[in-house]
Amino acid sequence: MLAFLGRRLLATIPVLLIVSVLVFLLLRLTPGDPAAILAGDQATTEQIAQIRENLGLNRSIPAQYLIWLGHMLQGDLGQSFYYKTEVVTLIGQRIEPTLSLALITIVVAVLVSVPLGVLAAWRHGGWLDRGLMAFSVLGFSIPVFVLAYLLIWLLSMRLGWLPVQGYVRLSNGVGPWLYQLLLPSITLSVIYIALIARVTRAAVLETLGEDYIRTARAKGLPEAKVLLRHALANAAVPIITVIGIGIALLIGGVVVTESVYAIPGLGRLTVDAVLARDFPTIQGIILFFSFVYVLVNLLVDLSYVFFDPRIRY
Amino acid sequence: MATPLPQDDPSLSVEAATVVERPSTWQRVKRNGSVRIGGIALAILVLIALAAPWMGTVDPSLFDPASRDLLPGKAGEITDLDGNTFEHTFRFGSDSFGRDIYSRVIYGTRVSLVVGLATAVVAVVFGVLLGLCAGYLRWLDGPLMRVMDGIMSIPAILIAIALVALWRGSLLTVVIAIAIPEIPRVTRLVRSLVLTVREEPYVEAAISLGTPTWKIMLRHILPNTIAPLIVQGTFIAASGILVEAILSFLGVGLPPDIPTWGNVMAEGRSQFNEFPHNILFPGIFLAITVLAVNILGDGLRDTLDPKMAKRS
Repeated sequence: MLAFLGRRLLATIPVLLIVSVLVFLLLRLTPGDPAAILAGDQATTEQIAQIRENLGLNRSIPAQYLIWLGHMLQGDLGQSFYYKTEVVTLIGQRIEPTLSLALITIVVAVLVSVPLGVLAAWRHGGWLDRGLMAFSVLGFSIPVFVLAYLLIWLLSMRLGWLPVQGYVRLSNGVGPWLYQLLLPSITLSVIYIALIARVTRAAVLETLGEDYIRTARAKGLPEAKVLLRHALANAAVPIITVIGIGIALLIGGVVVTESVYAIPGLGRLTVDAVLARDFPTIQGIILFFSFVYVLVNLLVDLSYVFFDPRIRY
Repeated sequence: MATPLPQDDPSLSVEAATVVERPSTWQRVKRNGSVRIGGIALAILVLIALAAPWMGTVDPSLFDPASRDLLPGKAGEITDLDGNTFEHTFRFGSDSFGRDIYSRVIYGTRVSLVVGLATAVVAVVFGVLLGLCAGYLRWLDGPLMRVMDGIMSIPAILIAIALVALWRGSLLTVVIAIAIPEIPRVTRLVRSLVLTVREEPYVEAAISLGTPTWKIMLRHILPNTIAPLIVQGTFIAASGILVEAILSFLGVGLPPDIPTWGNVMAEGRSQFNEFPHNILFPGIFLAITVLAVNILGDGLRDTLDPKMAKRS
């Protein structure tokens, strides 16, 4: 297990290195002076010269990359000229709302989609099954911001159940924090529910055809136990996998959702940074999100041992 | 009177037996319910896009300060580029500049469909080229697929946003920015198809006859990838339309003077409380379009690519 962990960790290094090369090239392959782009539109000649010196821009491209990578590895993601602060600090300040939104969304999505998927597979071809498949196509087609406004209009403005916009920090109490994030999380979870429910249904449908299900039923196990202990437990690996892959979808959704609901998180920071053409921040956020994505999928791989005891690393 | 021999019975003849044919792929596609629903909806949208100038619209860039923030169905006035003011009914209302939302939404259909189609074509063309190379040229396979893994571990919307920010928004840059994160998926698909097909006896036969590599790729391998690629391309088109709308909505997509659904919604954002129609109408069009393309894709997948249908 430890040996596998080591190998698996080593295997993520090339992927992260390639991501870093891509993020690095993003700026270098753009026409124009990278130092001037990084410094922003209002920079002085001295500031640009300073950045050029820092990045080693008069050296070869591979050397520039190594200098840049050195900075990144030391946790120095550069300076945001727009916010006048370190990009690392900026990301640290904005991480709580995004993490909160993502976690609540994942919890909501899993709690809704897995039972629905199991039931749909259990009554394959029934009204719930067909309804869920229709919902899943719909969930992939309704843009998250259209859904957001629809829900704001219905749940906040018409019914007055949930607050329209804004964010309450966790330090102000779990209740208000949850209450404030419920509407954005429901909005964001729809596409995620569509994705997970679809895979759960397919995976459970497949295990339901196995011999051990027939055996379990033949020995008189209650149907709920057959479904949970035998069918769902054996379908866990693809479900966990899709939850991990879906993180990419979630990150994309976070950018839009935070923007609509005025949540001061990383997604909102992305849009603000792009509008201000604040490239150090954009680079930092892309690196950060990709790192999280790779890390989550590493954890997903490791969790297979727990969900499927046959898998031994 | 002699009774006819059994072999004279027309239903037993060899000709009759061969009449019962397996329906062709095209026939199966045509009979599929999802393909029909999605296809018809999409055909209507294409008609709307083509007929936009004759659908009671005005030039989508026209505005009139006297007709600002009208509710749907209200009549107002609008001034054309020559300075003539005339009466116009604002079917979907007007925005805060006094532009006709109906005209902007109808003309926006053109932008969305073009973006969807162009994204799919760009992603598929590059994906096929890279996939053929990766699947056929052993030395290129490893490095190329590692780069694709790298692209796939950056969330698609972030790539698109960053590229548009660097290149500044135009139709071409937006299409390329949306297509780039889709390329690895096509590459992987084509590569895996190539790896399967190249083991087939007819490819081995072609190799042993000394057929040049490019000819094997074009004549023997590419035709096998067409059906799955049509399916994949349809889904890319759907997500391309969606991502373009998201980019424009966030203010980082096409320039605001181009009438796209995302832009109309972006302009309506601040006034959503009083005038939900600014977001409602383009939102409905957007959702229906993406839904139509997705349903068409589902139907195509079920009929053209049974293996993939089983997998998902």
